[in-house]
Amino acid sequence: MPVTKSAGGARAPRTPRSRRRKHRLAADAGLLVVAAAFVLPLAWVVLSSVDPKADLRVRLPDSLTLDNYDKVLTPEITFTPLLNSFLLCGGGTLLTVVCSALAAYPLSRYRSRLNRPFMLTILFATSLPITAIMVPVYALFVQVDLIDTMQGTIFFFAASQLPFAIWLMKNFMDGVPKELEEAAWTDGASSFQSLLRIVLPLMGPGVAVVTVFSFVMMWGNFFVPFMLLLTPEQMPASVSINDFFGNKGTVVYGQLAAFSLLYSTPVILLYVLISRRLGGGFALGGAVKG
Amino acid sequence: MTTAPPAGPGGVVKTPRGPDLPPPARRSAPRARRGLLRALPVSPAVVLLALFMAGPIGYCAYIAFTDLQLTGQAESSFIGFDNFREAFGDERFLNAVWLTLVFTVLSSLIGQNTLGLALASLMRRASKPVRTVTGAVVITAWVLPEVVAGFLLYAFFRREGTLNAVLDFLHLPSQNWMFTLPILAVSFANVWRGTAFSMLVYSAALNEIPKEITEAAEVDGAGGWRRMWHITLPMIRRSIGTNLMLNTLQTLSVFGLIWVMTRGGPGNRSQTLPLFMYEQAFQKSMIGYGTAVALLLLVVGSLFSLVYMRLLRTEV
Repeated sequence: MPVTKSAGGARAPRTPRSRRRKHRLAADAGLLVVAAAFVLPLAWVVLSSVDPKADLRVRLPDSLTLDNYDKVLTPEITFTPLLNSFLLCGGGTLLTVVCSALAAYPLSRYRSRLNRPFMLTILFATSLPITAIMVPVYALFVQVDLIDTMQGTIFFFAASQLPFAIWLMKNFMDGVPKELEEAAWTDGASSFQSLLRIVLPLMGPGVAVVTVFSFVMMWGNFFVPFMLLLTPEQMPASVSINDFFGNKGTVVYGQLAAFSLLYSTPVILLYVLISRRLGGGFALGGAVKG
Repeated sequence: MTTAPPAGPGGVVKTPRGPDLPPPARRSAPRARRGLLRALPVSPAVVLLALFMAGPIGYCAYIAFTDLQLTGQAESSFIGFDNFREAFGDERFLNAVWLTLVFTVLSSLIGQNTLGLALASLMRRASKPVRTVTGAVVITAWVLPEVVAGFLLYAFFRREGTLNAVLDFLHLPSQNWMFTLPILAVSFANVWRGTAFSMLVYSAALNEIPKEITEAAEVDGAGGWRRMWHITLPMIRRSIGTNLMLNTLQTLSVFGLIWVMTRGGPGNRSQTLPLFMYEQAFQKSMIGYGTAVALLLLVVGSLFSLVYMRLLRTEV
């Protein structure tokens, strides 16, 4: 830095500053244009949900109403699908976090010839297109009678999320120094106890990232429950939302918008919560950095 | 499960992470058993992955070579490469391949990637409130569930939708986007939904470029574009590779977004490979054929995945 300072300081101080301000204005303008384009669809859903005469266009409603929410907040339209979503994603996330934490521990703590091949396989599996295996999964589930069951879908959700969860969990666990466990070991704690009492509490933020990330991915997933569940009563919100279009007659866009917001709220809250706690742009950016 | 390694001779002496040397005398049996015990916690994950990931992939590779149909499991038989031969002679399959290519290039390579980089670099110069607002809006689009994003953009591109309202306002010709250019509409939808990821990756990458380097170039009189081309891009090339790879893999498997917006239509003019696969397997009950298409998709995905691992190889 000192090297450049002498060169920069020799110039008239006004020119760079005014140029910088011009740059900033240009950057602001550019960003605002993009933000405006991105915000239009979001504005539609928010405004339509309180508009008694909502259609497909963004516009300020003539009058505000909560009727749309009122109509949607019934057991069969909102509560059952959201409960199903919570069961599926909660179960799947729990399974994912437990399995990945257990798996990450030996991978992070012990040396073995198998670690590297295992981690490479895991990395390979993180980026396989899950969509492509849904047809064989369906065929397989039909044969072993797991089709149209919540537990089958939960197992598949967990399996599809596990590679990335193990990858993240192992990297976070590597950040916990081994020395901290050694005191516990000398006191006779088993590795399971030291994982539970020492390692996991110390990597709280890491566990939170894995949990939230798995949950958000499952919550938004449409294709998996769409393929593996058949009974309408078991459908999570991601699939049941299509019913707004299914029935003949016109789509009530206001209600669709209201439901979309209700369904999206949990993941948005989770995201805000975790990015607040971890500061700035989510550790995910760091987790996949090249 | 008391597999805790014996503490060092001095009790809490700092043993650096590494092989906790077993005395060479007692090898083989106890050691093997300890290895198994240590591997035990991995087993639930391995079982899940074997049953629900490796199993289906293996099954996929098997039924792709049969004529399995949804009705009557009994009469499926091994037919070799017939499914693949049929696919490459099938105009609708080739159409799906072409559309997948267009969709991927437009929305992932050009759209998400470039826009993400542009946003990330503009954000470094912009004022704080603008930066925060833009970031929040773009990330919200990314966090929304796929189906909701589909509905929002369905409303946006419909004939009565917002885009045409804006075009009318600007006195530009409006049209029914989902009918005239469905693949363009879904590509834009994917850009809307996926740009935040690239933006986050590039923001992290740009933050790691030492300030001295850009400042030095600035002092030497390099303009914005030249700095971008000769300094910034070469320095973040690894992130570019990673990001392109992940975006492409993600885009290859987009299903819900297109399904909600167009169902692959009108006709099959926005039917990418995942939708084609679904249609063949379930609406036409040709599971064998649909799986053959799935296998091709999986192979393409695996190739990208291998390239991605090469890019990351130093970090494992």
